[in-house]
Amino acid sequence: MKLRSQYYPFYFVLAALALYIVFFIIPSLSGIAYAFTDWSSYSNDVNFVGLANFKTIFAPGENYLKYISNTLIFTFNTSLLKLVLGLALAVLLNEGIKHFVHIYRTMIYLPAVLPTLVVALIFKSILNPSTGLLNTFFRSIGADGMARPWLVDPRIALMSVIGVDTWKGVGYIMVILLAGLQTIPREYYEAAEVDGANSWSRFRHITFPLLMPAISVVTVLNILYGLRVFDIVYALTNGGPGYATEVLSTEIFKTFSQGQYGLGTAISSILFLILIVAGYIVIRLMDRERVRE
Amino acid sequence: MQPKIIQRAGAHTAAIMISLIMVIPVYLIVTNAFKSSVQASSMGIELPTNFYFENFTTVIDKGKLVTSFLNSVLYASVSTILGTLFAAMAAYVLSRNPTRLNRFVYFFLIMGIALPVNFFTLTKIMQVTHLINTKAGIIILYTATQIPFAVFLMYGFIDSVPRELDEAAIIDGCGPVQLFVRIILPLLTPVLVTAGILNFLGVWNDFLMPLYYLNNSAHWPMTLAVYNFFGQYQQSWNLVSADILLTILPVILIYLGGQRFILSGLTTGAVKG
Repeated sequence: MKLRSQYYPFYFVLAALALYIVFFIIPSLSGIAYAFTDWSSYSNDVNFVGLANFKTIFAPGENYLKYISNTLIFTFNTSLLKLVLGLALAVLLNEGIKHFVHIYRTMIYLPAVLPTLVVALIFKSILNPSTGLLNTFFRSIGADGMARPWLVDPRIALMSVIGVDTWKGVGYIMVILLAGLQTIPREYYEAAEVDGANSWSRFRHITFPLLMPAISVVTVLNILYGLRVFDIVYALTNGGPGYATEVLSTEIFKTFSQGQYGLGTAISSILFLILIVAGYIVIRLMDRERVRE
Repeated sequence: MQPKIIQRAGAHTAAIMISLIMVIPVYLIVTNAFKSSVQASSMGIELPTNFYFENFTTVIDKGKLVTSFLNSVLYASVSTILGTLFAAMAAYVLSRNPTRLNRFVYFFLIMGIALPVNFFTLTKIMQVTHLINTKAGIIILYTATQIPFAVFLMYGFIDSVPRELDEAAIIDGCGPVQLFVRIILPLLTPVLVTAGILNFLGVWNDFLMPLYYLNNSAHWPMTLAVYNFFGQYQQSWNLVSADILLTILPVILIYLGGQRFILSGLTTGAVKG
């Protein structure tokens, strides 16, 4: 129909499309080509070096595999924690409470709107081993053993970062799941109660399956965020102590500052690949789950 | 009846404790921003013994906050207006005229939600276009980054605006631009506000883009200025807190005022989709 393209002209799309192609697509695609070069800030020459950058990344003497595994550990743990805690909070606010739900929700969601950088700075103080609020609290209740050098001990630093990130992000997940819960008709629960279903089986057979679409969205969001995480790690530990919390995005920034552009684009391409594979697997798993329910 | 009451009390106790845990860090910032340097050294939960309002003037002075504040306002507002408008125009045409090409363009655009930015080749683009280290450059970058999610957000909403309105306007002799500006745009107000608030907060809170693309401190937004200030004054938590408070105050005000719009934006797709 001619009328349609006449009244909905394609040039309306062009501004958005042009910006997107120039600042997203072209860098992404050309990045794949540059990953096979020795591009750097030291020289104007860019030479094809084959798989040299990837050989460096996967060499046993280098730390890059550690950064990849840190990124995956961070992503897995934050995604799982935010989902489980977010779901628990959403159920608590939806079923346990009638009054003040808005006030609780406002407070629990608050950290999610704060700049991640600011959250990291505040927690640098809270997690300070000697003067920090958390250890002061543990000492004051006599649980001195719980007081730890949270961000200083390489064995627990990554878990501490995961904890802070979960604190910041859980409200966001809760809000999405809470909205999902509110679409489930009350009658289903009433009918189940008449049939004598206990609260666990009500959750297992009504809440969980009907909430599946919201759970899939939340999981995809968590994974996309986790794999790309930068601010919280950069400001809390900058990858340290040693390489204990180094993730792909913080390492990419380091190669950028050091001018190793070829190597950096190679790491970026690996991150790109991991994002695509993870996205694909998650969507397939969610699809299968939905069919089974 | 008795167990139900106990259950409710338990639920409220849990909700109150969790809410406190979520609010404590902001409380720490607010109280420590008014303390003396000595009292704030451990960032404790006690209230200030004396109120040191001069912390704020010191911070504004030493941290060059006026410049950074104006930069943040400029970056966030201009990129939000442009990004939201461009996304609305695109989403409108793609949704109203779903040809095979337009469906492809829609998926191509929203793919950007998942795509990581390649900072190295983007630097090259910024250099070629002479946008690196400029205010215009960072604004254009932010505009571009907003587009995928904003298009996604609006696409579904536009579908709910009845097409009969378009037809009536066309019969009345409206051209395509008039139809969009006079008829459609006003009806999109709720989703425009939602996208606008989310985009504005996203830019205001962003730290990564200026870290890569602005090395001139006169162009820094608040986040980068705060980070730099923290590097210099990390022993003076009263000053750092005052600095942080000035950075998050606009965010908290927008959050409390526009909560309804923020929440409706977050749950779009997740619940309806």
